[in-house]
Amino acid sequence: MHYLAGAIQQPANPLVPGPVELILGLLGFFIVFGTLAKVLLPRATKLLQERTDAIDGGLERAKETQDEANRTLEQYRAQLQDARHEAARMREQAKEEGAQIIAQMREEAQVEARRITEAARAQIEADRQQAFATLRAEVGALSVQLASKIVGESLDDEARQSRVVDRFLADLEANQDAASGARASS
Amino acid sequence: MSDAQQLVVARTCTETNSHLFSGCGYPAPSYENFIYTPVFHIGFLEVTKPMLLVVLAVVLILVFFGFAFWKPTMKPRRWWGAQNIGELAILAVRNQVLRPQLGSKGDRYLPFLVSMFFFIWLLNIFELIPVLQFPATSLFALPVSLTLIVWPTYLFIGMKHQGPIGYFKNMAVPAGAPWWILPLLSPIELLSNIFVRPFTLSIRLMANMLSGHLLLLVFGLASWYLASLSIGLLFAATSFVVFLLVFSLEVLITLLQAFIFTTLTAFYISDALESAH
Repeated sequence: MHYLAGAIQQPANPLVPGPVELILGLLGFFIVFGTLAKVLLPRATKLLQERTDAIDGGLERAKETQDEANRTLEQYRAQLQDARHEAARMREQAKEEGAQIIAQMREEAQVEARRITEAARAQIEADRQQAFATLRAEVGALSVQLASKIVGESLDDEARQSRVVDRFLADLEANQDAASGARASS
Repeated sequence: MSDAQQLVVARTCTETNSHLFSGCGYPAPSYENFIYTPVFHIGFLEVTKPMLLVVLAVVLILVFFGFAFWKPTMKPRRWWGAQNIGELAILAVRNQVLRPQLGSKGDRYLPFLVSMFFFIWLLNIFELIPVLQFPATSLFALPVSLTLIVWPTYLFIGMKHQGPIGYFKNMAVPAGAPWWILPLLSPIELLSNIFVRPFTLSIRLMANMLSGHLLLLVFGLASWYLASLSIGLLFAATSFVVFLLVFSLEVLITLLQAFIFTTLTAFYISDALESAH
């Protein structure tokens, strides 16, 4: 009751600050300010800064990666283009070379064939000549032998002998020609 | 009636038992309602409810921001967690109070303004919380104590950044003022910046909270006083509706006064940092 009476007796002036409340207000504010300024808010602002950095850094890194990816893609595209050109060029070259090879081989084959043909022809000619020479000699001898036996006259004389044989062969050829010409006209 | 009888009648008619037609008059609120009897004593110190409210505000701020920022994580644990709300709170003060006045170079004053804002706001909002229901800032001592911090702070910053003489010279001679108006302008500027500012700063807060609390008392007590089984019930209902409206308004005002006090503090600091207005 004493305190209530005291309070009522006080001149109630709203513009007179109570000293205890005044000191308490100062004290309260300094406790709050001290704790926030020294301990808590530095942590908070540091965290906010770190988060900002992390986000900025993340965006920066993402941009870098994107750029890198774009560069690599461009590079690959260029390489692919080059490869396509190269492949087309090589195909073209191979085609040319193939044609060239075929032509060359064809020519070589023709040359070879011609050579073989020539060789065969020469061989045949030679054989024919040889056969002809042999035949001429043997046919001559045989005919002379035969004729000498028939005629009983020895034709020893070489010159005469060969002359007779030549005449005979000429006759023979003439007959043969006549026979083949008659065969061709029939 | 003798004096003793009158005293008995006065004693029995309290704010809680007075009703219409009960023989007691309307217990109109007055400044007596702002003077509390001590709850208990510590030695010679009489501890009253407003003092306890100040202590409670300090404790609540420390507990909340302690929970929020003792070990903050890069990714807040929960969106409704203390850290996320604490971040919102300090960013609100930074972006709405600090940055408009001081720009980002004034971020070093953030702890000061955050402490100021939440200390005042909590003391204000206690007005609207049942059981607590008293704004300690309506006692002149609290705005004065805060002003006693703000006032030397901005004077010191001004003298530090503009020089002890330059600060007052810049104050007395505002840039761009013609010479012939200086005899009139200089005393006004000096008086305004040095002596009027602390008064307006503290009285604005005190008067707003006092009048708000008084309004709530008027309509709250009227609702209770008029509530009887009579035509008074209609008036009681009307009074209660007004009480709710005033309550809603006070929700805004508690926030607004904390904002204004802090914004003005930031403005005084920015004014002290640079002479140009």
